[in-house]
Amino acid sequence: MSNIQKAFEKKKQEGQKAFIPFVTAGDPNLEATEKFIYALEKAGSTIIEIGIPFSDPIADGPVIQKANIRALEKGITIDKVFDMVAKVRKLTKVPLVFLLYANTVYYYGIEKFFKKCKEVEVDGIIVPDLPFEEKEEFNAYATECEVDIISLVAPTSKERIKEITKDARGFLYCVSSMGVTGTRNSIQTDLKSMFETINEYCKIPTALGFGISYADQAKDLKKYADGVIVGSAIVKLIEEHGEEAEMPLTQFAQEMMTALQD
Amino acid sequence: MDNTGRYGVFGGQYIPETLMNAIHELDEAYKYYKNNEAFKEELKVLFEEYTGRPSLLYFAKKMTEDLGGAKIYLKREDLNHTGSHKINNVLGQVLLAKKMGKKRVIAETGAGQHGVATATAAALMGLTCEVFMGEEDTVRQALNVFRMELLGAKVTAVKTGTRTLKDAVNAAMQEWTRRVDDTFYCIGSVMGPHPYPEMVRDFQSIIGKEVKMQMLQKEGKLPDTLIACVGGGSNAMGLFYDFIKDEEVELIGVEAAGEGIDTENHAATISKGEIGIFHGMKSYFLQAEGGSIAPVYSISAGLDYPGIGPEHAYLHDTKRAYYVPATDKEAVAAFEYLSKIEGIIPAIESSHAVAYAIKIATQMSKEKIIVINLSGRGDKDVASIARYKGVELNE
Repeated sequence: MSNIQKAFEKKKQEGQKAFIPFVTAGDPNLEATEKFIYALEKAGSTIIEIGIPFSDPIADGPVIQKANIRALEKGITIDKVFDMVAKVRKLTKVPLVFLLYANTVYYYGIEKFFKKCKEVEVDGIIVPDLPFEEKEEFNAYATECEVDIISLVAPTSKERIKEITKDARGFLYCVSSMGVTGTRNSIQTDLKSMFETINEYCKIPTALGFGISYADQAKDLKKYADGVIVGSAIVKLIEEHGEEAEMPLTQFAQEMMTALQD
Repeated sequence: MDNTGRYGVFGGQYIPETLMNAIHELDEAYKYYKNNEAFKEELKVLFEEYTGRPSLLYFAKKMTEDLGGAKIYLKREDLNHTGSHKINNVLGQVLLAKKMGKKRVIAETGAGQHGVATATAAALMGLTCEVFMGEEDTVRQALNVFRMELLGAKVTAVKTGTRTLKDAVNAAMQEWTRRVDDTFYCIGSVMGPHPYPEMVRDFQSIIGKEVKMQMLQKEGKLPDTLIACVGGGSNAMGLFYDFIKDEEVELIGVEAAGEGIDTENHAATISKGEIGIFHGMKSYFLQAEGGSIAPVYSISAGLDYPGIGPEHAYLHDTKRAYYVPATDKEAVAAFEYLSKIEGIIPAIESSHAVAYAIKIATQMSKEKIIVINLSGRGDKDVASIARYKGVELNE
């Protein structure tokens, strides 16, 4: 069982759903990102998702796009993020998952990338522009280095769910809505039927993401999955509070923890 | 190409899961209709009656005499309805969209030619249309924005990133993930996830097929050299495709070198790019440190793109085609040259191809034949060329 799955398992035993917050690395700077990771872990986050800045994050809405640009303007590269993770690893073993685009891995060198992930103990990666048809090139190295490539299913996936879940690792990222990441007032997808299919085939934990921004929303939605992922709402807090975002992030995470209690 | 849309290592389908079923549906539909006689006939009628095909293959006698080398022919895609080769692909895709029961088409556009063509086809076939255009391009090509609106399309200025073609593609892809059920994404070049590179190339391949026939009629032999400008590469692919097997025919793509390929301001993907994954495909891209996509520059909004279609990447790697740069300065000189010597104002994109032809024609013997794809007409560029030359116009 991978670290990611163990973390879900532990939450389950505690009678809680998993909370997976997302921060963009280097927004507003890497020292701040490091502090945010500690704060989010301390507040009870199950896994922390770290966005690697990219010029053209096509699966992301305006909030995360802007965070990417802010980080790139600071000269953040993946090597600097790896260095930060190495530092973080001296203090916490909370599972860390990178969200990045296929070209970032490809440019770094696929083999070198996964070896580096193993070295600094990155537990998994989420690649929004890498559907399972294209995974093979990455998979061999990922498996060898014990890094989970997290699979995504979307409201449009339907019969593909069976195929996708067959070799899914870590957890299954269930995309709640059409379009890009970002806060939404309501989620239109028929989650009930989407999860009927998912639960029929999926043997690993599931987490619901895209458009979840309030604790009340998490409370309503937690019945579907084993955890929830929150990105844009957190990035927005960081945009507002900059380096001082630790407190608001802690408060937000605590509200989420309460909402996710069974 | 293999079944999964690979040209060697290039191509593929690197897109979000949300779009995967839609792209498979498109692939299935295209596979069916490309061999469907009724569809082919309908498209043929549109090509002939609406676009005005076949387009002329014109012998540029004065230009040939002036340069004193190879015989120069111009494939007059500029004479097509809407003024460029873009209409070939768009009629095919929008007709397919209609057959698939889609109600709405979206498109990205750089110079505006593909946007205008998509708006035109959507008007003709009764579909609603939204075109995404980088904010900077809406300024450079303001006339085309109004033209699209006249045709009933909604034009959305994209204000993210570099505010040019690349960002317009991002915005169109994102819109597609929002409304994949009723929306058909009409991509304007031989790029994006499979089956787009193949489908766009097929619809554009009429250019090369006509050239072959026309050349055999006029000269009784195949041309020696084909030259076309390359951004994403659809007009070049359309010209080249039918000649790939004719190995004695030299294929040359001309990239936008902007202020020069040794400056930071160019869009010369093959000259300066590296293999990467972006916009749904593995191909060559201009990249910055860390694998971000580099900002690119060209005087031509249509060539201002950091990537190139995967089949071109493959033709480059296998050395079946050659890709060379032409600068803004050379393109503008060619723009003026062709206008004065033949009375034909070429699009600034096509002027890049003309510029390279001028360079090599003089070094070739008089028995040799060059065909330049005059992919579009230059009316849209008159104002920006005046700006480039510091001429003030009171429009």
